Amino acid sequence: MKAIKNIGYFLTFLGFAFFIGSVFTGTHKVTTATYENWIQSKNIKSEYFINHTQKAIVDQQMSTWELSQIILDQAKASNQYQKSQPKTDWSKIIHLKWSKTSKDFIYPLARASVIGWYKQHPTLWFLITFGFAILGGLMIFIPNYKLLGPAGIKNNGIFQHSATNKGIIGFITAFFFMAFYVLLYFFPNYIINPILSVNGINQFLSGNDAGQWFLYGVMYCSVMTVFAVRMFIKYRHNSYQLLRTTVVLFFQIAFGFLIPEILVAFNKPWFDFKNAWPLNYTFFFDYNINNLLNSGHLGIFMLVWGIALTVIIVPIMVYFYGKRWYCSWVCGCGGLAETLGDPYRQLSDKSLFSWKVERWLIHGVLVFATLMTALTLYVYFAHIESWKVIAFGISAYDVQTWYGFFIGSIFSGVIGTGFYPIMGNRVWCRFGCPLAAYMGFVQRFKSKFRITTNGGQCISCGNCSTYCEQGIDVRAYAQKGQNIVRSSCVGCGICSAVCPRGVLKLENGSDTGISRTQVNDILLGNDMDLLSMTKKNS
Amino acid sequence: MKHVVIIGNGIAGVTAARHIRKKSDYHITIISSETKYFFSRTALMYVFMGHMKFEHTQPYENWFWKKNRIELVQAYVQKIDTTLKKLVLNNNTTITFDDLIIATGSTPNKFGWPGQNLKGVMGMYSKQDLDEINRYAKDCKRAVIVGGGLIGFEMAEMFASKNIPVTFLVRETSFWNKVLPAQESEMINKHIKEHHIDLRLNTNLIEILSDEHGRAKAIVTDKGETISCNLVGLTAGVSPNISFLKNSDIKTDKGVLVNRNLETNIPNIYAIGDCAEQQSVIGERRPIEAVWYTGRIMGETVARTICGIPTKYSPGHWFNSAKFFDIEYQTYGWITALPKENEARFYWEHKDGKKCLHFNFDKISRKFIGINTLGIRLRHQLFDRWLTEEKSIEYVLEHLKDANFDPEFYKQYEEEIITKFNSENGTTLTAKKKSWKRIFA
Repeated sequence: MKAIKNIGYFLTFLGFAFFIGSVFTGTHKVTTATYENWIQSKNIKSEYFINHTQKAIVDQQMSTWELSQIILDQAKASNQYQKSQPKTDWSKIIHLKWSKTSKDFIYPLARASVIGWYKQHPTLWFLITFGFAILGGLMIFIPNYKLLGPAGIKNNGIFQHSATNKGIIGFITAFFFMAFYVLLYFFPNYIINPILSVNGINQFLSGNDAGQWFLYGVMYCSVMTVFAVRMFIKYRHNSYQLLRTTVVLFFQIAFGFLIPEILVAFNKPWFDFKNAWPLNYTFFFDYNINNLLNSGHLGIFMLVWGIALTVIIVPIMVYFYGKRWYCSWVCGCGGLAETLGDPYRQLSDKSLFSWKVERWLIHGVLVFATLMTALTLYVYFAHIESWKVIAFGISAYDVQTWYGFFIGSIFSGVIGTGFYPIMGNRVWCRFGCPLAAYMGFVQRFKSKFRITTNGGQCISCGNCSTYCEQGIDVRAYAQKGQNIVRSSCVGCGICSAVCPRGVLKLENGSDTGISRTQVNDILLGNDMDLLSMTKKNS
Repeated sequence: MKHVVIIGNGIAGVTAARHIRKKSDYHITIISSETKYFFSRTALMYVFMGHMKFEHTQPYENWFWKKNRIELVQAYVQKIDTTLKKLVLNNNTTITFDDLIIATGSTPNKFGWPGQNLKGVMGMYSKQDLDEINRYAKDCKRAVIVGGGLIGFEMAEMFASKNIPVTFLVRETSFWNKVLPAQESEMINKHIKEHHIDLRLNTNLIEILSDEHGRAKAIVTDKGETISCNLVGLTAGVSPNISFLKNSDIKTDKGVLVNRNLETNIPNIYAIGDCAEQQSVIGERRPIEAVWYTGRIMGETVARTICGIPTKYSPGHWFNSAKFFDIEYQTYGWITALPKENEARFYWEHKDGKKCLHFNFDKISRKFIGINTLGIRLRHQLFDRWLTEEKSIEYVLEHLKDANFDPEFYKQYEEEIITKFNSENGTTLTAKKKSWKRIFA
């Protein structure tokens, strides 16, 4: 069993080594046709730039790094040249910005010009990266069925291991996650070889070449699947965990990945039916609305569905089941947090201070998202171009860009997932997700959901608080005999699972009002003169 | 302003302090030599096992005490002067009090075994014990645990989690069978063995042998067997930790003797928690109960007395819980190891051998008396109510779905349980659907 595990580690390491190593190899050869297409699509007017790049790159073999560097250097030089002219022709200036240039300007050319081994052997390339990592991952986790002993809570050594207790392995993992997201969001031109590993799958699904987001989709689903297997083994005694993990995995693979790709194959808009505004912050952007309006009946349905999801379905479901129905049963972010993130759940901060920070941040993001969307809809219906300045020198496009950069990319991706091994697996969901904030209001004030405390059985051991990924001090409630009703609870059910005394139960009771959060002065089990007993609400 | 001094920062003392603060502006001081801040003793095992860090066992953040004006003194009380109302601490300072609460908890029993003070021989009670276990577990080849109670079980689980071989010496013929009926006890025996613990029932410790460095190297049992080991856990129960009261005027027997108001023989001095011994009998409870929640209830109670509402210590229906490796245990009401004359029992066990319910009821009146459950969680609130309302065994069985506290989507067994009861008792009961109305009633 141990041997299988070790081979698994080796295979996984090998898969990742190939995957990462390919970033530093590979060749590009830009043909004349590719080059001209690119110049045209990017609307480049600077002769200086064209003269200097055409010779340097067309029909030359070079690495991604060289190609990117030449384009970047020449674009800068071209801008300098244009500005040194007696009269600057602003249409010939190439707008450069670190967060956009690589992804929007260089990447398309690099993606179109890649040649070499990775491109010629898509199947083999897939097998020795994804294949090795997936197989290795399964070989690491499946032996746990035997190695961890009889079914039950097995958290032995979690706080004594470098990977799960903010040790060196934890920090290296965090660095790897963050680096990946930075490349994915801002520098996809450097991960073209990794993207090629899934090109065959994309070709098969929709006949298109894979881009960085398709790579991300395949990685997301693969990682979730392997770590779902880990969950199935770790919590095999717990039907709630088994069912929840199965459902969240299903929604990611079907609704987050396959259905959108199939839609694309049929020339329909890429659409994730489970992604609700304001988490899906681009839903009301003009290009999305126009795209849906131009996509026939299905497009109209998608538009109505998206609005109904936010306005009707989400609050009604939260009323009946709590926000868990979304956050830990359906959501893609939640799905990754509950699978890949499960080994890190204990790292969330439980202090009162962090709770204060959490409330300011998450509600701040909700306000930001709402204002941005309001502005977007205003300019849409007022027929104002989105790049036109509205006030204070700011356009709707500016606000959208800021949101996309700070919240959509940095917060939810680089920090949200990158910080799993440092701040726990729900950094985004807890501190940033505007949809979670919205559902939180419903859950806190008008819902049947609560975590019931079992009378006087709590021994204040702290397992529940420790393993709460949302940083809720569950014990603080349990030891007072109070139900846990918190806007941030995503209902993962782990507090109940790790409780050694059977104190916590997630349930949807019939009462939705004050009795849900009521706390008695003394706990059940103390029969002292009940007549003078005082009751209060918290 | 009245100065209330509490000796001991366990659950009893800290609960008292919190409730006094809620009800008054008194000056409150808690003295403890063990740790500065309150922690959950029951969670120490999880720190060793790596489930938690020590800080996670502290239910309140460190700022809590200052904010609530509860002064913490880390020292050991050497002497109590009851006439001058003065405490002498081991750091040569004195503290005067108006009201004193003794909440010093327990200390592990040692029965004069030869070698019981060797290095590598320890109990499992205090933070200091945990530190010592951590130190000696590092090079431990085999651990022997002596004493078949809950703390012994915890220790066995701790070492097993580190893949240290464990031999578990239990005096009784079956694990914890003075408390658990035979069926439950047998289920736990099997589960212990499933976890590869070398369980030795009906076996006593004779002596612990020393190596040349004064560390335990083996133990000898009353079966004449010598078992080599370099760590010995002594977990043969606990007794009130009251040796520092020896020369005071405070009356003690095994514990500090208190009346129903938790007052000792000296006015303004109270005792609560594990160290208190009730002079009058409360139901079928023992005079000394070293249980987490009774400590808490005594703290809740004494706070009211000190704040001017004299209140009797009135624990309600007996309940308790524990966890044996992967099997959770809960009990509500009374179900003793052997049935009393008026009692009838009904036992159901799942075929996987890891879940059971054991009901106790009156043969004639059919009144429900108590229940043990292994592997299935039950709702405290309902059992407490049913016991108060003296419901019949039939009522309890018919409404068992209301009381199921297992997580959602768990398989439920009420029908199977009732079918077995019907066939044994010639009844025709059926399980009623779960009703929120009844649960919240």
